[in-house]
Amino acid sequence: MDITTDTQKPTPSPAPGPTGPGDQRAARGATRPGDRIFLGLSRGSGILVLVIMAAIAAFLTYRAILAISKDEANFFTTFEWNPSGVPAEFGIAVLAFGTIVSSIIAMVIAVPIAVGIALFITHYAPRRLGGPIAYVIDLLAAVPSIVYGLWGALVLVPHLNGLYGWLDQYLGWTGILEWNGGAPRSLFTVGILLAIMILPIITNVSREVFRQVPRMHEEAALALGATRWEVIRMSVIPFGRSGVISASMLGLGRALGETMAVAMVLSPTFDISPSLLDPGGGTFAQNIASKFNEATVMGQDALIASGLVLFVITLAVNGAARMIIARRKEYSGANA
Amino acid sequence: MAKRIDVSGLNAYYSSFLAIEDISMTVEPRSVTAFIGPSGCGKSTFLRTLNRMHEVTPGGRVDGKVMLDDENLYGAGIDPVAVRREVGMVFQRPNPFPTMSVYDNVAAGLRLNGKYKKSQLDDVVEKSLRGANLWNEVKDRLNKPGSGLSGGQQQRLCIARAIAVEPNVLLMDEPCSALDPISTLAIEDLIGELKERFTIVIVTHNMQQAARVSDRTAFFNLAAVGQPGKLIEIDDTERIFSNPSVQATEDYISGRFG
Repeated sequence: MDITTDTQKPTPSPAPGPTGPGDQRAARGATRPGDRIFLGLSRGSGILVLVIMAAIAAFLTYRAILAISKDEANFFTTFEWNPSGVPAEFGIAVLAFGTIVSSIIAMVIAVPIAVGIALFITHYAPRRLGGPIAYVIDLLAAVPSIVYGLWGALVLVPHLNGLYGWLDQYLGWTGILEWNGGAPRSLFTVGILLAIMILPIITNVSREVFRQVPRMHEEAALALGATRWEVIRMSVIPFGRSGVISASMLGLGRALGETMAVAMVLSPTFDISPSLLDPGGGTFAQNIASKFNEATVMGQDALIASGLVLFVITLAVNGAARMIIARRKEYSGANA
Repeated sequence: MAKRIDVSGLNAYYSSFLAIEDISMTVEPRSVTAFIGPSGCGKSTFLRTLNRMHEVTPGGRVDGKVMLDDENLYGAGIDPVAVRREVGMVFQRPNPFPTMSVYDNVAAGLRLNGKYKKSQLDDVVEKSLRGANLWNEVKDRLNKPGSGLSGGQQQRLCIARAIAVEPNVLLMDEPCSALDPISTLAIEDLIGELKERFTIVIVTHNMQQAARVSDRTAFFNLAAVGQPGKLIEIDDTERIFSNPSVQATEDYISGRFG
């Protein structure tokens, strides 16, 4: 009896397999244990990411609601950060401005340089030179941000007076680049430092994309009598455009969230000055880092609320990048 | 516009490897010359020396003379970029610029050469697309991406792109090997029309194709792998396929090797 049930049991189990629920793959053949384990692992990882994402969002939202409900001032427009005061008044306007402006400055500086370096490595430099340059840039990506912060505070800041004077002389009339002689611990300096920090990631990703441009696209341009620059303009850059956008968004994500380096360079104030060269301002991450340790529970909640805004901004930036890439899809190299 | 090609004593190298050795031949204007031969015999390499594309490959270099009428393409002070504007090329796999529309693909060569008015570009684009027997199929979607066309249409788009700049010579490197028989037929018919205006050189693996489209046929061979490829003979296509003067040619076209 025991033997018959034992032998009977395994025989029906492969039979329902092919018709089993939700597994059409099995119809093509028996599933192997390796496949099942791998499927489980990859599906599990996918779900885990979503769960972590949701947990973070839920935590931020819950604590943020606690804080915002006690905020006596407008959370979005107030130039004030006093969550523990009576009445509690705090707003993110200054932080949002500082974060976005310093990141934009970083992008404006870093993206063209990074694309230039990537093109140089892939299309201009002799192989003997391109390899080492790429390696050095990889190394730059490995430098911890605290080291960039130290360098920024001790080397970059004291050497910026010349640049600030020059900007003031030629572009001071715009108002946003007017310099009143204050210490160059401004959003502009933060932007420069962030640009240096995000340069490696943008360069590396762009380099990989440019390297993958199919030879036949380049030859198409060459055979029409294109010079090297024209080949790059006609074949390489269009093919790499969406990759460069993705690379820039990776860099932007880092710039938006950068904490220590910003905190070490900026002299924070809670206002927005008309000139980018005036010391002062703040960013979300810098504000959290510098206030969190001494914050009351209410203060922590307020900081978490600002963190939620940063989270939303980062998501929005990523979404925008995906939209830009998707809109150009039918013209991308992928369907060539 | 069509010019005579006169090659003498041409060697092409990949770094130190001699890929083709001592090739001399003449290609008459307004004719189709087909290059046939087994894989690796250097016929594509030789084709690419005719518009100086060979030296684009790392380590690629050439010595010898290629005269286009009375101008040596490898003479001192000759700019390879200028050569390629005069000698157009169509590749094995259709390679329209994937980010450009049909219109922009055809206009790409002109835009490299200088400024044109919109109306001038319109004329050239239409004329080139008509010349490539593609106009009727794409005239309503000139602003759609070129990579959305079928393989055969893409290849004719590439031909339109090449002839839009009115080259003196048109080189074709196995232009039909990635296409189905109907598209192949369309390209072959087109070659017959284009030879009225251009000097055409075509590399093909398909001997029936060589027999169908060409006036002259050149047979290339190599003694062994690692040896340089050589021109065995060049003659009227009819003669090559009926009564070649070299035994190796006959063996190849009758299918005894290669």
